[in-house]
Amino acid sequence: MLSREEIDIILLSLKVALWSVAISLPFALLLAHVLARHEFPGKSLLDAIVHLPLVLPPVVVGYALLLLLGRRGPLGGLLEEWFGIVIAFRWTGAAVACAVMGLPLMVRAMRLSIEAIDPKLDAAARTLGAGRIGVFLTVTLPLALPGIITGVLLSFARSLGEFGATITFVSSIPGETQTLPLAIYALTQVPGGDDAALRLCVLSVLLSLGALLVSEVLVRRASRRVLGYDAVGRD
Amino acid sequence: MTLSVAISHAQGGFTLDAAFECGAGVTALFGRSGAGKTTLINAIAGLAQPREGRIVFDGETLFDSARGINVRAGLRRFGYVFQEGRLFPHLTVRQNLTYSHWFDRTLYSETDLAHVVELLGIGELLQRRPAQLSGGEKQRVAIGRALLAKPRLLLLDEPLASLDAPRKEEILRYLRVLRDDTRIPMVYVSHAVEEVLQLADHVVLLAAGRVAASGDVAQLMGRPDLMPSGGLFEGGAVIEAHVAGIDAEDGLAMLAFDGGTLTVGNFGAQMGERVRVRIRAREVSLALAPPQKISIQNILRGTITAIDAQQGSNVTVTLSAGAAVLRARVTRRAAGQLALAPGMPVYALIKAVSLDRHGGLIK
Repeated sequence: MLSREEIDIILLSLKVALWSVAISLPFALLLAHVLARHEFPGKSLLDAIVHLPLVLPPVVVGYALLLLLGRRGPLGGLLEEWFGIVIAFRWTGAAVACAVMGLPLMVRAMRLSIEAIDPKLDAAARTLGAGRIGVFLTVTLPLALPGIITGVLLSFARSLGEFGATITFVSSIPGETQTLPLAIYALTQVPGGDDAALRLCVLSVLLSLGALLVSEVLVRRASRRVLGYDAVGRD
Repeated sequence: MTLSVAISHAQGGFTLDAAFECGAGVTALFGRSGAGKTTLINAIAGLAQPREGRIVFDGETLFDSARGINVRAGLRRFGYVFQEGRLFPHLTVRQNLTYSHWFDRTLYSETDLAHVVELLGIGELLQRRPAQLSGGEKQRVAIGRALLAKPRLLLLDEPLASLDAPRKEEILRYLRVLRDDTRIPMVYVSHAVEEVLQLADHVVLLAAGRVAASGDVAQLMGRPDLMPSGGLFEGGAVIEAHVAGIDAEDGLAMLAFDGGTLTVGNFGAQMGERVRVRIRAREVSLALAPPQKISIQNILRGTITAIDAQQGSNVTVTLSAGAAVLRARVTRRAAGQLALAPGMPVYALIKAVSLDRHGGLIK
């Protein structure tokens, strides 16, 4: 049914997408919380920067990552020197590229759900002994859970489809950085690759659809658990 | 226990500049909306930081702008019952009640939980979510949640304001039980006279961000000079009495106080029970001799101590009856016809039916 290569491509794509979510999740939560709950000078600038990957051509993001995190880049050089980590032209680099591209989607969903929490509940929690972290863990996090799940799955699905930033930053190396969309593109560039490309396209559609359906189910379940009623479809 | 507060704070065009001290029992922060009550109680709780001042509880400085001290809310060990309950929607009633124990395991006690649950009658609700509770139930759980954090002081910010009349009665009943059962000192914010009279021992009167007066409830709540144009409540006198007799046949209760006995409609009184009675000045008439053949049940003998003539065509006559103070508002003409003057003995006439539950008889 599926060839060895096709399975490898899917597994690589899933690995890259999962890691991209893992990398961006803590940053996204922090950014969402800061943007939702704090007022400070430069807030709109931070907001704009977070949203940049959504509006920039992906190739620009990929190139910026290459300049920054490539072996000769300022950050990439430090990473290699201090930790011996190289991410340019590795699958880890693909995960980083996807993480950056998915970040705005994640932050957006989480920020909305944190903003929807009544700040008066924070005050109530503080009078009952909760500190800043206590409030975040026992009030913000559980009440924002539906938004967090939505953000995670949106960015996961986005990672499965990421193309421009990935190919610019880590190129298209079969077995290392060639995720599903990159493999499809490669196949369409060789004569007689159309059938194989079409098979991968169908797989891609099924994977993304699956991710969205899982998201829907999880969000419903979370909001029922969290709020005692089904919040999906409500304003 | 002593709480001493002296803070000033500016917010928009409003300035709060208040200083008061309170001790054991229930202290009411009383004043109309916008008087600064909530700002004050939030500063005590540690939820709002005043611009400057000091807040000291039993010798422990909780806030001192000069020394840069500001103990965070969670460490002040003050319980706070908010106007709207503010239960955590994602937690069950039981989890809400024991929320404070996540941050301090030593607070946990199954006996305390059982006691509070029984005190507030919320045993049936433990597994429910806040969304499935009525307004009164929510407020009872919120009170329980604050109690189970073992507060040194309980702050209540108009906890009845969002409830309908029957629910108000219900929660007031629980608050009275709480006051007498737990003996936790309370600071109770309210703009409702009835609540203050029913619960408080002391009152701090706030007006436009300043403390206009403070003192004992019975003395303060009767003084008409404190809010002549305030319209907060009609002036009168508050008398502390106890139930000395019950006439089941006629449905009457006899309330003894230092200046005599008041006969009122029975309000479900228990013999010996302590009650506060508010007698509005405009419901008291004066006579120089005890009238005969009259339907009025309460004829109290007193001596005029003061006559204040500031209210247009009326005068307010203050009389002492034993250690108690009564006030009567009569027309200036009537005062002239009777030639009322300080030192004169008079009889105060009060209709028993004017002292029903809504007329000012307070349990």
